[in-house]
Amino acid sequence: MNIGVVTFPGSNCDHDCQYVLADVLGQTVQMAWHKETSLNGLDAIILPGGFSYGDYLRTGAIARFSPVMGAVKEFASAGGLVLGICNGFQILLEAGLLPGAMLRNRSLSFICKDVYVRVENAATAFTGRCEPAQVLKIPIAHADGNYYTDDVTLSQLKATAQVVFRYCTPDGEVTPEANPNGSLDNIAGIVNVKGNVLGMMPHPERCVEDMLGNDAGRLIFMSMLDVLKKASQNIKMVSTI
Amino acid sequence: MKAKIHVTLKPGILDPQGKAIEHALETLGFNSASHVRVGKYMELELKEAAKDKAEAEVKAMCEKLLANTIIEEYRYELQ
Repeated sequence: MNIGVVTFPGSNCDHDCQYVLADVLGQTVQMAWHKETSLNGLDAIILPGGFSYGDYLRTGAIARFSPVMGAVKEFASAGGLVLGICNGFQILLEAGLLPGAMLRNRSLSFICKDVYVRVENAATAFTGRCEPAQVLKIPIAHADGNYYTDDVTLSQLKATAQVVFRYCTPDGEVTPEANPNGSLDNIAGIVNVKGNVLGMMPHPERCVEDMLGNDAGRLIFMSMLDVLKKASQNIKMVSTI
Repeated sequence: MKAKIHVTLKPGILDPQGKAIEHALETLGFNSASHVRVGKYMELELKEAAKDKAEAEVKAMCEKLLANTIIEEYRYELQ
């Protein structure tokens, strides 16, 4: 598969994503500078973590107007898979590709540690390899991960199973104590209505190798690749008919 | 024309920085202070001289970039 990883000025997890997809998972990776205006021939796009534009004004607020975001929006509206990790999630929110906004962490601290998240929807293109309610240990590293949205949007997110990950205890209990940043309803990741755009604060690209002590993040990327492979097989079948 | 723009979190939205400052003020003995809210202040010069057009421009800037209206509200003065 041909996966695009977008680099904004200040992205710092772009090469981690490249390493995971190319070196660990054997895919073709195309690095896309934020000035690109077209993203042709890609099967999926990753908006990586980092501090795009120094987090000036608000996290993701300036990156969302980068030229590449027009192409990302087109790709998403055509049904392409888009994964936003951490700052990538913040950019997706600012761009309106996902609902809600990020507030400063409740503690005001930058938090960098392993957290546990429960898979609330294992039927998305990003979680197909997970069991329902499976608990994943994935690190977070952010100062603005306190997800907020209005009550109406929150009930819509719940009604349509758009909440994909919730912060939980190691046993999978969603409690206020397990919430690292004050995020509304312990939300750690959401998907859009169509199910092809996921934003998540934890960093799956930082935990894909058992040798490094944790490979839970591999499930996210493998789930995406499963969906892409299936789609390309269907296309091949149609073309041979 | 000059625009002075204030962006603050909407009422009801938790402002952790405001809370921290409130606690610090209490510690310093300023016990009468409460409901501290932290915001952003921006100034900019506009080429537009007509006040109504300048106002429309500033409003568009706030809606599009300067404030995130999901969590923030804005007000401005033109001089």
